Amino acid sequence: MNIFVFVKRVPDTESKIRINHETNSIDEEGLKFVLNPYDEYAMEEALRIRESKGGKITVLSVGTEESTVVLKKCLAMGGDEAVLIKDDTPERYNGLRTAKIIAQAMKTKFTDYSLLLFGKQAVGADNAQVSVMVAALLGLPQVNVVTKLEIEGNMAVAYREIEGASEKVNAPLPVVISAQKGLNEPRYETLKGIMMAKRKEIPVLTLQDLGLDESSLVSQLELVKLESPPARQAGTVIEDEPETAAKRMVEFLHSEAKVV
Amino acid sequence: MILVYIEVREGKVKKSSLEVLSEAKRRANELGQEVFAVLVGHGLESLAPKVSQYGAKKVIALDNPLLSSYSPSGYAHVLAGLCQELAPECIFFTATSMGKDLAPRLAAQLGVSLASDCIQTTVKDGNLEVKRPIYAGKAFATFRFKSSPIMATLRPNVFPLGTPVDGQGDAEKRDVAVPEDQVRDRVDEVLKEEGADLDVTEAEIIVAGGRGLKGSENFDMLRELTEILPHSAVGASRSAVDAGWIDHQHQVGQTGKTVSPNLYMAFGISGAIQHLAGMSSSKVIVAVNKDAEAPILKVADFGIVGDLFQVLPPLKEELKKVLSE
Ligand SMILES: Cc1cc2nc3c(=O)[nH]c(=O)nc-3n(C[C@H](O)[C@H](O)[C@H](O)COP(=O)(O)OP(=O)(O)OC[C@H]3O[C@@H](n4cnc5c(N)ncnc54)[C@H](O)[C@@H]3O)c2cc1C
Ligand SMILES: Nc1ncnc2c1ncn2[C@@H]1O[C@H](COP(=O)(O)O)[C@@H](O)[C@H]1O
Repeated sequence: MNIFVFVKRVPDTESKIRINHETNSIDEEGLKFVLNPYDEYAMEEALRIRESKGGKITVLSVGTEESTVVLKKCLAMGGDEAVLIKDDTPERYNGLRTAKIIAQAMKTKFTDYSLLLFGKQAVGADNAQVSVMVAALLGLPQVNVVTKLEIEGNMAVAYREIEGASEKVNAPLPVVISAQKGLNEPRYETLKGIMMAKRKEIPVLTLQDLGLDESSLVSQLELVKLESPPARQAGTVIEDEPETAAKRMVEFLHSEAKVV
Repeated sequence: MILVYIEVREGKVKKSSLEVLSEAKRRANELGQEVFAVLVGHGLESLAPKVSQYGAKKVIALDNPLLSSYSPSGYAHVLAGLCQELAPECIFFTATSMGKDLAPRLAAQLGVSLASDCIQTTVKDGNLEVKRPIYAGKAFATFRFKSSPIMATLRPNVFPLGTPVDGQGDAEKRDVAVPEDQVRDRVDEVLKEEGADLDVTEAEIIVAGGRGLKGSENFDMLRELTEILPHSAVGASRSAVDAGWIDHQHQVGQTGKTVSPNLYMAFGISGAIQHLAGMSSSKVIVAVNKDAEAPILKVADFGIVGDLFQVLPPLKEELKKVLSE
């Protein structure tokens, strides 16, 4: 079974986000970048499936040269191959661009696949679009936001999280799955894995190699403004006997804030 | 025309879809456009009058027995057909689990970009602009669209419901064809989570607990509050979820759910940056924490420095009192 995992390099969730108003973009200086947390679940799931069913895991990332770091991490976790699709165009919160690039790569370079694993969302841009868009562009079934996955023969049995419930879907392979927290506990890289990943070549594909040109990738979205969220006004903080404190909080909620 | 997808779960129209419809109506009035609503499923036409109350000039029910349970490819397939025919200028979805699953699929089929999880729509110089949080709310981005159709999902609980007015629009049921290979991702079964009637993203009040709660059994104290508070749900920090005290469905934050309820009550939650990212847009925040330096107290409108186990019982009694008035 050929498994593909799609991963993105994103700012660490601890990051404080600063805006550069001159360039109308996020100031990347001083930001620490990591493998998107949801993609770690996708990667772990691929490893578990390979452990039980056999197969090969290829990890793909679309981005700048710097994305090599997250690809290396996936190789260190146990991935077989990694490929960088080089795209130096800065992020503009447009999932369709990435999805078109990935779909084109699958159509032209990696036509033999059973399972395409994504994270449910790349933190940062927070689009939560790419997996589903790839499924649409390749005409594949999709199960998005998955917390449990079983592969039985030619079928995937996936449970996807919805409001207060989960939906069970039986979909034939090849299928697009996106991972939600809860799917598994990602493993750490082993020292041996890290050493092997270091030596491993990561082939690079360009948009040209895929037969894509910029005119087919234009975004309909035009970023007009970036701003920081309005700062919250400091409120009242009290220290008092529990009964009095509780009473005052409820008074605040009822008479002042009028939410209860 | 603005087309609004109306989500139906268990035979009922989702409130957040009506919020989107209300918002679409407000913008349509400014733009001098009309609003159409579309339902997808089987036997849903009876819901049309309720939908038209919120300003839809026409409510179209796309019908096929194969659509009686949700499938993203099947639903996107029939919606794409409708969009090609009607050529709407804008297409809006609610950013629920279904909307977030369906809208990108339709967008890719139509070959257009999508703005996810928007919290504001405005008309500027005759053009629609949308604002959406990025970095889990650590920044906001405003977008214009270079061409139509404009596609966006709008976050639940953010846009006010319009006032319903009877008998505004027409209803039309359309039988649509669905090829078998377009329902390969159809939902077979919906497994309800015990006691989770309302999701945190839909709740008007969230009663959330963190590591300070010390154990799963103490979440019952929060559940007791949700029993007396209307439209409320239990939330949690990641630490509480990782400790196994509560299911991750309840996790609020950067790798959990982003919420904007009217009231967020935090008990024994320190207020780490990833947690704040998910709940800072709540209208009112209150917190109980024994550490006066906890970051959550810096964003709370009202905070108590104290032991949650001592504050919770009288708090419940006081809430009962004002709620029974
Ligand atoms: C990649 C990544 C993603 C993350 N995503 C999320 C996320 O989505 N959501 C999230 O919440 N976190 C997330 N985190 C974790 C986050 O960094 C914090 O570790 C977590 O939010 C802390 O949870 P807590 O506030 O419950 O626990 P703690 O930080 O341990 O705080 C417990 C608080 O309870 C108080 N307390 C203890 N006992 C009592 C008592 N008896 N009465 C009153 N107060 C008491 C303490 O003073 C303290 O402030 C993420 C972390 C990473 C690395
Ligand atoms: N640049 C990228 N390269 C590879 N995979 C990506 C990229 N961007 C997004 N993805 C995948 O798509 C998922 C959803 O991302 P997004 O739609 O951007 O929130 C991520 O978790 C990744 O699995």
